[in-house]
Amino acid sequence: MASKLLKRTFHISTWSACPPRSARSLIAVAPSRFFSDSNSQPVPATAGSSPLPPGPPTTPNDAPSPSSASRYGSKRRSESTHSSVKDPELAKFAAISDTWWDSEGPFKPLHLMNPTRLAFIRSTLCRHFGKDPYSVRPFEGLKIIDVGCGGGILSEPLARMGAAVTGIDAVDKNIKIARVHADLDPVTSNIEYSCMTAEKLVEEEREFDAVIALEVIEHVANPSEFCKSLSALTIAGGATVVSTINRSMRAYATAIVAAEYILRWLPKGTHQWSSFLTPEELVLIFNRASLSVKEMAGFVYNPLTGRWSLSDDISVNFIAFGTKDVQ
Amino acid sequence: MNRFVARRFVGSPFLSRVAWRSFCDVASAEKQKLSSDTDEYDVAIVGGGMVGLAVACSLASMPLTKHLSVAIIDSNPALLKGIIITKDDPPDPRVSTVTPATISIFKEIGAWKFVEQHRHAYFDKMQVWDYTGLGYAHYNARDVNKELLGCVVENKVLQSSLLSCIQVADFQKQIFSARLNSMNLNPCSSLSEKDITSTRYQGSFAELELSDGTCIRAKLVIGADGSKSNVRELAGFKTTGWAYAQNAIICTVEHTAENDCAWQRFLPSGPIALLPIGDNFSNIVWTMSPNESSERKDMTESDFINSVNHALNYGYGPHPKSISAGDGGLLSWLGKGVTSSGGEEFKVPPRVVKLASERMVFPLSLKHANTYISKRVALVGDAAHTVHPLAGQGVNLGFGDAYALSKVINEGIAVGSDIGQVSLLGRYEAERKPANIAMIAILDGFQKAYSIDFGPLNILRATGFNVANYFSPLKQNIISYACGEQKLPLFM
Repeated sequence: MASKLLKRTFHISTWSACPPRSARSLIAVAPSRFFSDSNSQPVPATAGSSPLPPGPPTTPNDAPSPSSASRYGSKRRSESTHSSVKDPELAKFAAISDTWWDSEGPFKPLHLMNPTRLAFIRSTLCRHFGKDPYSVRPFEGLKIIDVGCGGGILSEPLARMGAAVTGIDAVDKNIKIARVHADLDPVTSNIEYSCMTAEKLVEEEREFDAVIALEVIEHVANPSEFCKSLSALTIAGGATVVSTINRSMRAYATAIVAAEYILRWLPKGTHQWSSFLTPEELVLIFNRASLSVKEMAGFVYNPLTGRWSLSDDISVNFIAFGTKDVQ
Repeated sequence: MNRFVARRFVGSPFLSRVAWRSFCDVASAEKQKLSSDTDEYDVAIVGGGMVGLAVACSLASMPLTKHLSVAIIDSNPALLKGIIITKDDPPDPRVSTVTPATISIFKEIGAWKFVEQHRHAYFDKMQVWDYTGLGYAHYNARDVNKELLGCVVENKVLQSSLLSCIQVADFQKQIFSARLNSMNLNPCSSLSEKDITSTRYQGSFAELELSDGTCIRAKLVIGADGSKSNVRELAGFKTTGWAYAQNAIICTVEHTAENDCAWQRFLPSGPIALLPIGDNFSNIVWTMSPNESSERKDMTESDFINSVNHALNYGYGPHPKSISAGDGGLLSWLGKGVTSSGGEEFKVPPRVVKLASERMVFPLSLKHANTYISKRVALVGDAAHTVHPLAGQGVNLGFGDAYALSKVINEGIAVGSDIGQVSLLGRYEAERKPANIAMIAILDGFQKAYSIDFGPLNILRATGFNVANYFSPLKQNIISYACGEQKLPLFM
């Protein structure tokens, strides 16, 4: 772990010196499909058709993605550059994606934390965009993207609050589950889900009023590239919200030892301590991506009430709200 | 457009959906039509009694819930026609004692001003004693620096005030004059081919079938239908409880002058309570064994009045000795000077001169639902908990539930939750269940303590009375708890 730590520190300090390796892969990649599992023509509606229309043959990927291609070539999906996503991370999430909406299952901590994250997002975005915080649908008229949406536990509440939500995730199973669940309620059925990464979406020059990436950045191979993508997806003067876990001793004790080994809230190996970012590093990454951090808060868990609350304590979980500089 | 259409075919196992979604422009228009055809509501409150209407009124008063569409299901025709109250009628025997905490809830939801337009009686004094004559306790609101201990209001006044409050509020509500026949909380598990359009979005609604054939869909069903709750049974919630071998007789009586104090005397077979109701009237709640209750119901009016006066005065045992008679007693060192009522002498309740209403008899029992919530269902009021009337707490717990549930729904909408989801409703249960259980346990404890006539136990009870009377911190605690200012008893 110490060597990974050193590598990370080295990487951060030298990123300004040499362009990130992933940039090369962006140029070289073969054009891939927009959606992972649909054809360009509509599938003929026959009664016996399987739910998943067969995809086109996987395009051999000739872009050497930095950390993972050589070792995990067989696992590569056809659709996108995984320039900022680590494949073993994807496999971890794919294994438990059926349990996304089980609030007592492996995603229980996320379900418990969700209202608190939403409270922060609601208050910062309302203030930033000048919306009425007492309105029932304060995000009416805003386009929001949930990067790493998983099963959609953040996207659905955002849609209920009036936003036009797009959810993207690199794990295909998650998108399917998110789609099925969102279709159960008329309010959330307008969410646009697709299986892709942020970089891919940047290529399509899509822009959003608010870009939200919660609990994602600790799972990407190149956080600074990832932030640059998030920034590219944000319109000038828009908002970017990122949440992650601090790389502190306390976070190691809480988020890894306690959460994964003692309380068994998360499967072992969900998080790598070396991938965590400190708030200072996150601010630095944001600044380099033309995002200025306006607010930061921490999440604190009260074991007696079983609820999370916002606090000034950013030593374990923290969330940062930044705005894109107006050029 | 092509992309939109293409995506809609993804992951969709249902032929109906595929065909449905190929007309994306028509989809939204269809959705509007769908909601008006099949009666979709955000909340369906089953039971339009005091607690059910309190939930509706509470939702109407909060900023994030007042836009919700609410269906109230109750077969009582008075809800549609309006509850008529004439000032000259003697008070109805069905009354409730509302605690100051409930009064502040009513003020917050905007219903108390309607209550004040009708008969209601504030009281600030209370005397409690028993038949052994060994002790008594006098409570005064000034002991806790308050102005009142509670207010006695007829149930129909409370109900009509809440209804008026809902009607003047800008609130989407629909009253269904029917009973609930059946309820389906997981409709998407039963997918029928015949009704393709309505199977869409079924995961987010519960379906209710009413006795007049109407079908309603709602995101949340609130069971406020009393101790024999249909919702509780249909949702499959188990209950714990037992019947007390006691019935309660309630009636309205009249005095020659106004009664301004609440009186309660514990007799061998159960307590008798005399509560002021306003003008010269009082309400009697007399708990006794079932045989005695049928006897007392059938006896003549004058015999009944005599037995009431007897029970409140010298019946069954002597008066307790007033402490101001000179002897300090064993416990006077506990500091009777600290609370003003510690030094009050024992008073005899005012004589009853006339019976002003019919005598009604109710069996008493204890019942508590093991869970209050499940997906898309929540119980409030007597549907969740039925208690002994000896401390006048029953409906106050219900009003507390109603307010807590609407606050939880308000908080859920603030963060975009689905109001029927278990993680949200669980917060309501976690807030109310401990408080309700504590109160039920205490009331049950009192009921059991007073059901045994045994010398040493009588002395123990009397000591308890005297300690509660003289020991100011305990007395203040008891008063605060009974007034609803504290959620849990004893310094918690």
